[in-house]
Amino acid sequence: MSALEDRIDEIRAQGRAALIGYLPVGYPDVDTSIAAVVAMVEAGVDIVEVGPPYSDPMMDGPVIQHAAATALERGVRVDDTFRAVRAAADAGAQALVMSYCNLMLSRGYDRFAADLRAAGGVGVITPDLTPDTGQEWIDAARAHEVDTIFLAAPSTTRERMHLTVGASRGFVYATSLMGVTGERASVGDAAAQVVAAARDAGAARVCVGLGVSTGAQAAQVATYADGVIVGSAFVKALGDGGDLAALKAKVAELAAGVRGDA
Amino acid sequence: MTGSLQQAPGPFFGEFGGRFVPEALMAALDELTDAYEKARIDPVYTDELTRLALEYTGRPSIVTEVPRFARHAGGARVWLKREDLNHSGSHKINNVLGQALLTKRLGKQRVIAETGAGQHGVATATAAALMDLECVIYMGEEDTERQALNVARMRLLGAEVIPVATGTRTLRDAINEAFRDWVANVDTTNYVFGTAAGPHPFPAMVRDFQRVISVEAREQMLERGGLPDAVLACVGGGSNAIGSFDAFLDDDSVRLIGCEAAGDGVDTGRHAATLTGGRPGILHGSRSYILQDEEGQTQPSHSISAGLDYPGVGPEHTWLHSIGRAEYWPVTDAEAMDAFRLLCRTEGILPAIESSHALAGAITLGKELGPDATLLVTLSGRGDKDVQQAAEWFDMLPGGDA
Ligand SMILES: Cc1ncc(COP(=O)(O)O)c(C=O)c1O
Repeated sequence: MSALEDRIDEIRAQGRAALIGYLPVGYPDVDTSIAAVVAMVEAGVDIVEVGPPYSDPMMDGPVIQHAAATALERGVRVDDTFRAVRAAADAGAQALVMSYCNLMLSRGYDRFAADLRAAGGVGVITPDLTPDTGQEWIDAARAHEVDTIFLAAPSTTRERMHLTVGASRGFVYATSLMGVTGERASVGDAAAQVVAAARDAGAARVCVGLGVSTGAQAAQVATYADGVIVGSAFVKALGDGGDLAALKAKVAELAAGVRGDA
Repeated sequence: MTGSLQQAPGPFFGEFGGRFVPEALMAALDELTDAYEKARIDPVYTDELTRLALEYTGRPSIVTEVPRFARHAGGARVWLKREDLNHSGSHKINNVLGQALLTKRLGKQRVIAETGAGQHGVATATAAALMDLECVIYMGEEDTERQALNVARMRLLGAEVIPVATGTRTLRDAINEAFRDWVANVDTTNYVFGTAAGPHPFPAMVRDFQRVISVEAREQMLERGGLPDAVLACVGGGSNAIGSFDAFLDDDSVRLIGCEAAGDGVDTGRHAATLTGGRPGILHGSRSYILQDEEGQTQPSHSISAGLDYPGVGPEHTWLHSIGRAEYWPVTDAEAMDAFRLLCRTEGILPAIESSHALAGAITLGKELGPDATLLVTLSGRGDKDVQQAAEWFDMLPGGDA
């Protein structure tokens, strides 16, 4: 079992879901984003997901698009991602990267996995790489003992669910809806169905992301998922001004949520 | 035929192509692939497509010899394949009718599309009006400005045009936004992709729909004395070029030349010549060449031609380039505009600025090969949409004369 899997199981043994927080590296600037990663951990995030900003974020809504564009304008580099990973790991969280695949391919899948591992990271979420086209990545990740976390969607067929679950390590990332990242008024029924379908296909750990932004939503998702993934709401709280206090307050709200205290 | 390069099925062309998209889109792409595989051998579908080509688009398109133009191209014989005469003004309609008919077969009521120059948007809006589909077109804000006439055309045809203000505000950002719409609305919506790029099945499917260009042109050239020495076409994402090449792929004597937009010049960094200045990577769902920095961030492209202003290129072109079957030449803004004016003045044909890149390639090649050569150039579209921009370039607007 991987360190990430151990951590999720440990949290489950506490009778709650894990809180997984996403931030793009370099927003509003590199140093603040790294401080924000540490602040998230201090405020109750169990697992950190950092994203190297990409020029063409096809899966992202306006909040993360804006953050990525700002970070790129200010000269963020992929190496900064590994600095953020190191900071998250040092702060005591399990550290993951969520990256569009061209940045990984450009560095070389093998080197990307090695650099992540060297920085103390444990897994990579690949929003635009699926197991059928991701074999080269999977091989590189396995060689460096990096978990491969693939996405499952409401549209995922049974056959594809088996493929996804079979290729995933750490957890399966269940997207709660059909759409891009961003806050939503409610988390629909689809999320629970995707989680159930993933479990039917043999997934031991399933975490839910996309559209979760409040403590109440987190509490609801925590009733059926092993982890709750929050991105846009944290990015928005941090904002252009890099408001660490606002970020921590938002994290605390979600951290209470995954404990059912919303 | 074994060993034929024609109609390569995908998803991969050599090591290029594939399907690098969010899992959420996988089911829709599988469904589309499946529907297309069935439709392409179903006479109900193929007969209807043929009927539309004949009675709506106005196919076959003619070939026109352009001797006065050719005098400036080393005296070579130059023929134009006249996709500019198609209904709605470009080759884009060939592809759109195929995909719109597929949308009906899928039982979907809404189509979305990206557009650069606006020609694919206009063609999609046209087909949507014809087939009673709701239609939303994403277009980069910069392109809505330089191709304002086409924005109005799409709206007149009943489409909603959404200007995209993110990123570089051009075609590439319009594609990102169309994919975001598709992920959210895939149950009701089909994405009518405008070029021979993107995830499988688009590169192969769009090629199949555009293949009619080379199938007709090959016949037409044989009737007029024989195969040409070279076929030239402009390359944005590569749909008119791949359609112009496909039926000639096994004719070893025919050189295939794709003309990419070199903007201010490849050495200035302000260009869109992906195969000349790019390297392998993944963008918009397939592995191909991309203009990108050393970290894999897509670089802004530049071209006077909105339809060629794209930092990627279809994977089949990258493959043909890698095996040496096709050549890709950079053509600057200035070269393209000179060719644009030359065709206007020598032949009374106003080409699209996109297509003018292929004309410029023909001038260069004609000078190289001389009077014995026969060149076939795909005139992918007409220049009505470009009048304002060309008039500005040549300083011909009222008040512009000193
Ligand atoms: C007239 C014309 N030619 C060519 C292109 C470039 O597209 P492609 O490379 O797919 O043929 C466009 C795109 O807008 C166009 O309008």
